[in-house]
Amino acid sequence: MSAQMSQKSMLGRRVMLGAPLVVLAAAGGGWALMLRRMAGGNFDPHSLPSQLIGKKVPDFDLPGLNGGAGITGAELQKPGRTMLVNFFASWCIPCLEDAPMLNQLAKTGLPIWGITYKDKPADTEQFLSQHGNPFGRIAVDLPGRVAINWGLYGVPETYLIDASGIVHWRYAGALTQRVIDEDLTPLLHRLGA
Amino acid sequence: MIPELGHFAIALATVIALAQGIVSIWGAHRGDARFIAAAPALALSQALAVLFAFLALVWSGIVSDFSVINVAEYSSARTPLLYKITGTWGNHEGSILLWCLILSVCGAAVAGFGRNLPSALRARVIGVLGLVACGFLLFTLTASDPLGRIWPPPSEGQGVNPLLQDPGLAFHPPILYCGYVGFAVAFAFAVASLLEGRVDAAWGRWVRPWTLGAWCLLTGGIALGSWWSYYELGWGGYWFWDPVENASLLPWLTGTALLHSAIVVEKREALKIWSVLLAITTFSLSLAGTFMVRSGLLNSVHAFANDPTRGIFILVLLGLVIGGSLLLFAWRAPVLQPAGLFAPLSREGALVLNNILLCSIMAVVLAGTMYPPFVQLIFDQQISVGPPFFISTVVPLAAPLMAAMGLGPVLSWKRAAVAPALLRLWWAALASLIVVLVGFYGRLGWAAVGFGAALWMVLSALAEIAERSQLFRLPIGTAWARLRGLPRASYGAAVAHAGLGVAVAGMVGMTLASHSIILMHPGDTTKVGRYDWHLVSLTDGRGSDFTSRIATVAVTNARSGAPVATLRPARRTFPLQQQTTTDVSIKTNGFRDLYVALGDERDGGIVLRINVNPLAPWIWLGALIMAFGGGLSLSDRRLRIGAPVRFVRRQRTTAVKVAAE
Repeated sequence: MSAQMSQKSMLGRRVMLGAPLVVLAAAGGGWALMLRRMAGGNFDPHSLPSQLIGKKVPDFDLPGLNGGAGITGAELQKPGRTMLVNFFASWCIPCLEDAPMLNQLAKTGLPIWGITYKDKPADTEQFLSQHGNPFGRIAVDLPGRVAINWGLYGVPETYLIDASGIVHWRYAGALTQRVIDEDLTPLLHRLGA
Repeated sequence: MIPELGHFAIALATVIALAQGIVSIWGAHRGDARFIAAAPALALSQALAVLFAFLALVWSGIVSDFSVINVAEYSSARTPLLYKITGTWGNHEGSILLWCLILSVCGAAVAGFGRNLPSALRARVIGVLGLVACGFLLFTLTASDPLGRIWPPPSEGQGVNPLLQDPGLAFHPPILYCGYVGFAVAFAFAVASLLEGRVDAAWGRWVRPWTLGAWCLLTGGIALGSWWSYYELGWGGYWFWDPVENASLLPWLTGTALLHSAIVVEKREALKIWSVLLAITTFSLSLAGTFMVRSGLLNSVHAFANDPTRGIFILVLLGLVIGGSLLLFAWRAPVLQPAGLFAPLSREGALVLNNILLCSIMAVVLAGTMYPPFVQLIFDQQISVGPPFFISTVVPLAAPLMAAMGLGPVLSWKRAAVAPALLRLWWAALASLIVVLVGFYGRLGWAAVGFGAALWMVLSALAEIAERSQLFRLPIGTAWARLRGLPRASYGAAVAHAGLGVAVAGMVGMTLASHSIILMHPGDTTKVGRYDWHLVSLTDGRGSDFTSRIATVAVTNARSGAPVATLRPARRTFPLQQQTTTDVSIKTNGFRDLYVALGDERDGGIVLRINVNPLAPWIWLGALIMAFGGGLSLSDRRLRIGAPVRFVRRQRTTAVKVAAE
């Protein structure tokens, strides 16, 4: 009888002492799921949704780089075709990673317009000659005011605008092959670009 | 070349750490004296290798080698030297390397200072530390390389994040990490004892100094972090219940519990399994705190890079370390038999209550921190859990903790009675009660209770010392001799308890703060608290790598008009990093802070955040006193492993020899 009792209590002890492991397994499973969905792009604890999604871009008028054509808000509010707008700067290191991705996208025929953010035109020229120029047009936002109106978090940042001028997608940070394949390309197909 | 050598050193350290883990634990398991003897040497060489890698990174930072990505992204040629150095650990990769360095130094310290430990136990402890280090060095090497190159190198780096250009924050990570990682030693002792299948009084004695040291540093680290957010962020508060802050608080809570339960293990050989679990939990929370925050899962004002791929690696690593130790715990802990019995009402009982309450607070904070991401995962809803939740759940748990804190130390071991204990503390209780009543009379509301609790903690700590030395009962000369004869650990405990009282007084004072956010033009005057605040002027200034906008605010006493202080808050713009920081201006007289931070400029005026924070400096003063108390206790001779241990060791070495034969 007493042996049975002690066996029972021993089992109870084992169950009790195994409990922390169960708690850990549950927490770990949850974390793993979150990380998987984060990597898949459908879980973002930081989601800082752009105010522009589903809207048209704000009004602005920026001069072009070294006398080239500038960009105005009116043009982007009725572009007539699906296109990307990319904010960048020569001083930004993630922009170095962004450059080859943009070059690759430009080769597919997708129009990309660039807006430099707080960058001296001479530095921008040098950056473009070194890392390639994927941009159809480049405007200069030296004071960074337009970037504020767009709700920019930092550079690089890329916006997808459809033919009627609606912003469909925003990506903060350097584009990666994965983002292009899993997010951008399906969206472009849907928009028929 | 030097970065490559550093990179090689990390690889070398990884291999040594693996050998350290396998050789030591296997050797201890087989009782092979040669393998056991190899453990300290391996631990030492691993520490040297990691130190070399770390110095290589610091060197790259000092000479501004922008071909190293880390330096290019977080430093620049114009950065002051101090921040070139501290910038190396102000980012993800560098901080993980620093973390590994501290861990390996801990291993070396056990090897160096642990000569009095039984050699098999020491080998096991070193082995466990080696396995943990191996995992994280592997992470550094594969997923978070601090010494990676970039080609072509940029001509100028991005510069240190201006928020981190601050001496307080520059040294915040090392201190905090020393605290976090220090618990690794307690963890290693716990795992080693599970491997050995025994926990005894000596175990408690060995674990305590390591836990105490880690606790002091963590206390200091948390205080430094909170001080930084008080004067640098300019939001007028000192603690925001932010996930990153909570992540540092969680191991502190369980570490505090461990500190107390280890006493029971040492004195009474009870609470063994519980202490082992606490040691594992504390280090697990430290690990989760350091690494989960960095995987980008927790949303935070201190958010770092958000990188799920790294997150998976970290998760697997944490799973192995924490899961492995808990599995070992579930398997081996039932073997550990409790020895000392005690009545619920006793010193042990009070320490158990302390543990229950501390762990409940931990559970509440953990739940509040983890709730938002899990809700988002399961119900796809974005919610945030803010200060109201934490305050309304933590305070009711903290209140009995504070009450018991004063009572516990005067209870006797095994069995005690409340009445005589209360009798010894009657004057402390009376004084606290008077403060509460005066506070109510002064319409302070709940704050009055808070001040009463704070005073209770300070006075009961003093009363305990007075009681032990029989002060006021024996002739003054005899009492003085007894006072001097008291062990430093007693003083340390009393000082730490009193320190918490001081900190609580500061926190309660902060709840009475008056503040205002107001748009002012030069020449305007406003009244906040008992002061008139006059915006005299707005001027421009220049610094080494920033421009600034400086306001001059004259503060006068609202009633008498006498000048009190002149404050010069500023906003700094760092053109290189495109960032603006606030330079809060604080004038303190020790009992209240006058606090002004600048906001945006609008319509020729500027937004000012004005606070009058009563007793604010006491928060950090209290934390310092607590850490000092811990240090005082650490310097106690009894904690330096003494003669009785050597005796045990002789017995054990013979046992090992017998086993070897």
